[in-house]
Amino acid sequence: MAASAMIFAALTSALMVRKGAAADWRHIALPPILYFNTVILVASSATAALARRRLLATWIVAADSRPGTVPAGTGLTWLYVTLGLGVLFVAGQLAAWRELAAQGVFLASNPSSSFFYVFTALHGLHLVGGVIALGYLIWRVRTAGDDPPEQALGAATLYWHFLDVLWLYLLLVLILRL
Amino acid sequence: MAETSEAPVTPHSDVLAGHGHAHLPPTGFLRKHVFSLDHKVIGKQYLDLALVAVLTGMVLSWLMRFHLAYPAAAVPGLGKIAPGVAAGGIITPELYLQLMTMHGTIMVFFVLTTAPFAGFGNFILPIQVGAEDMAFPRFNMMSFWVTLVAFLVLLASFFVHEGPALSGWTAYAPLSAIGKAAGPGQGTGQTLWALSIAIFCVGQLLGSLNFIATTLDLRTRGMTLMRMPFSTWAWFITSIIGLIAFSVLLPACILLILDRVAGTSFFVPAGLVVSDQLQPHSGGSPLLWQHLFWFFGHPEVYIAILPGIGIISHVLPAFARKPLLGPKVVLSCMGAIAFLSYTVWGHHMFLSGMNPLSATLFSVPTLIITIPATIVVLLWIGTLYGSRMRFTTAGLFCLGFVSVFVSGGISGFFLAQPSIDTYLHGTYFVVGHFHFVMGVAAMFGIFAGMFFWFPKMYGRMLNETLGKIHFILTLIGVYAIFMPMHYLGLAGNVRRYSTFTDEYMKSSLPLHRFITYAALFTGAVQLIFLFNVFWSRFRGARATANPWDATSLEWSTSSPPPFDNFGGQHPVVVNGPNEYGTAGPAGDHLMQAPALAPGG
Repeated sequence: MAASAMIFAALTSALMVRKGAAADWRHIALPPILYFNTVILVASSATAALARRRLLATWIVAADSRPGTVPAGTGLTWLYVTLGLGVLFVAGQLAAWRELAAQGVFLASNPSSSFFYVFTALHGLHLVGGVIALGYLIWRVRTAGDDPPEQALGAATLYWHFLDVLWLYLLLVLILRL
Repeated sequence: MAETSEAPVTPHSDVLAGHGHAHLPPTGFLRKHVFSLDHKVIGKQYLDLALVAVLTGMVLSWLMRFHLAYPAAAVPGLGKIAPGVAAGGIITPELYLQLMTMHGTIMVFFVLTTAPFAGFGNFILPIQVGAEDMAFPRFNMMSFWVTLVAFLVLLASFFVHEGPALSGWTAYAPLSAIGKAAGPGQGTGQTLWALSIAIFCVGQLLGSLNFIATTLDLRTRGMTLMRMPFSTWAWFITSIIGLIAFSVLLPACILLILDRVAGTSFFVPAGLVVSDQLQPHSGGSPLLWQHLFWFFGHPEVYIAILPGIGIISHVLPAFARKPLLGPKVVLSCMGAIAFLSYTVWGHHMFLSGMNPLSATLFSVPTLIITIPATIVVLLWIGTLYGSRMRFTTAGLFCLGFVSVFVSGGISGFFLAQPSIDTYLHGTYFVVGHFHFVMGVAAMFGIFAGMFFWFPKMYGRMLNETLGKIHFILTLIGVYAIFMPMHYLGLAGNVRRYSTFTDEYMKSSLPLHRFITYAALFTGAVQLIFLFNVFWSRFRGARATANPWDATSLEWSTSSPPPFDNFGGQHPVVVNGPNEYGTAGPAGDHLMQAPALAPGG
């Protein structure tokens, strides 16, 4: 996460420098669907937190009462919901790209569109990584047996919140700077 | 761990819950030797990769040196091997720049980063902290294979149309960003270069993450942070630097690739005319590339040298038979160097047209960073004072490291000042400086590590007689190569030129010939080392568990260590790594772990 944060910090400073470098900066109108996507991602963060609380609670109860099997309960369902929202966000971002492309704004059209595509593409790649991590976590929870994957749960949900915060930051940069 | 969850309680699951060996010893050849998850195999693979890379890079430097000494002569045999790029064996100015670019890129990325950090670090770090493997063995394997792919992509650029990139290992924009118009090799070759470095960044990020997680989470009982050996500290700090530095170079390379293939304008200014062609770009900033590159590039210098500093701090006391002086000061100095390395990148850009005020601002931390480096050197020398040095090859290379580190470091004082650097920056003075302090010093660190740890890695000793001959001749050789470069630089001999046949530079030719002879000689001397490594791997004398009477954990296990490093047992650490010259049951030192505790 520190590495990812550095990647985007470097890109942000690149954006500042590039904007100051020449007067060819043209503002682009952000596609409105981005705000819808933002709501989706924030909601997915909430469901991820809910999933974690439910799973941990279930596991503690299970460890006290019936060793041998660990039920997943409603927590697993919330993990599925988070996964679904994540996929929906990626789809929404792709729709935003299509909208821009339909307006004739491409990667190389002007510097602000270049940064828009680079930011969203790299964040998208991170998010796809997060979706894969969630899929792996769901598999671990389902096949947990006696040993609930608490560390994996903590790491995956923390990463998911990080992606959420990162997107809010990027959206802010995009609104203020493009 | 999911794989072991069904099994009955394993012997050590209660000692290191969740930290047991996640994978069983492999049986197939592929899993054992090729796609291995074992950190020891991966470490050796990194070292083998570095060996191939360093030989490649050295041959490239020979071609360059030959051309500098005999500008008009054909390189014997080159015309036959590479008729496409060097017709008749003649090295054109463009080919010279391509050789220089590839020499720099291969040496910095695939030798100085892979060998001391990824190679030795992978093999030794988990054993030194008493772990059975890295925290994420699968990521570890991916890290090596991704790095290998990066190397192959870079080598592939030799075989594409018009050959590899010629913009130097720093790939300054706009030369690197505009494609074919910038010269041969700036087409496909430069794209492959950027791609290779981007892939390399991914591999090193995976590796750095692993080092950090392993150091923080997998230490054995009693191994507090302050009891970690200096080499482990150095790898730990290096991986933190690497994590931050490579994650800046990665997006920089992505932006460069986009400028090249997607027509964006991050680094190319408007109205740029190259080779009589107006470039279809607008408003980018070439300086932006330099800032991003050197924000990575200067920490990269410390990625190359900090493991060396750690290895010397670890190996020197073992042969001086005295504890390292001021161990906590050495650690704080390493930390200070790591932090300061992020504040000095602008000193590579004094000539870039940057604001003179920022040049001064970058100059101050550059001078300050020499203070911790000097303190460490003085502590090494203080450790030697009054010691009964055992002059093994590894010990000699430690002394050699101190020598070349000082020789290279002193010229850094001059270069740190913008007014002096303005004159010296474009000359051979800089070439001599960074080859000493980053190239040769790091190589001596690698040699010291190799002679010290080879018994542990292969269960056999390297030949000491051959080693000492190799050391003496190499020491003489590197001074003969790089010392005269300082004089050339002071005399105003510019670097990166392929020939010095112009009237005003002709007087430098005899010295250039001398350097070339020295380079060919030093290169030939490395054959002794190569022979030693291969011969000793199979025929060397059998190594005992602790041939050097050293204290750290890797010497508490057999040579080579078993698959899980300590044979199902766990070392319990009761001492620091620095207990030399203290009477103990093992002689004049105290082992970090006097006994292994049975698992469970």
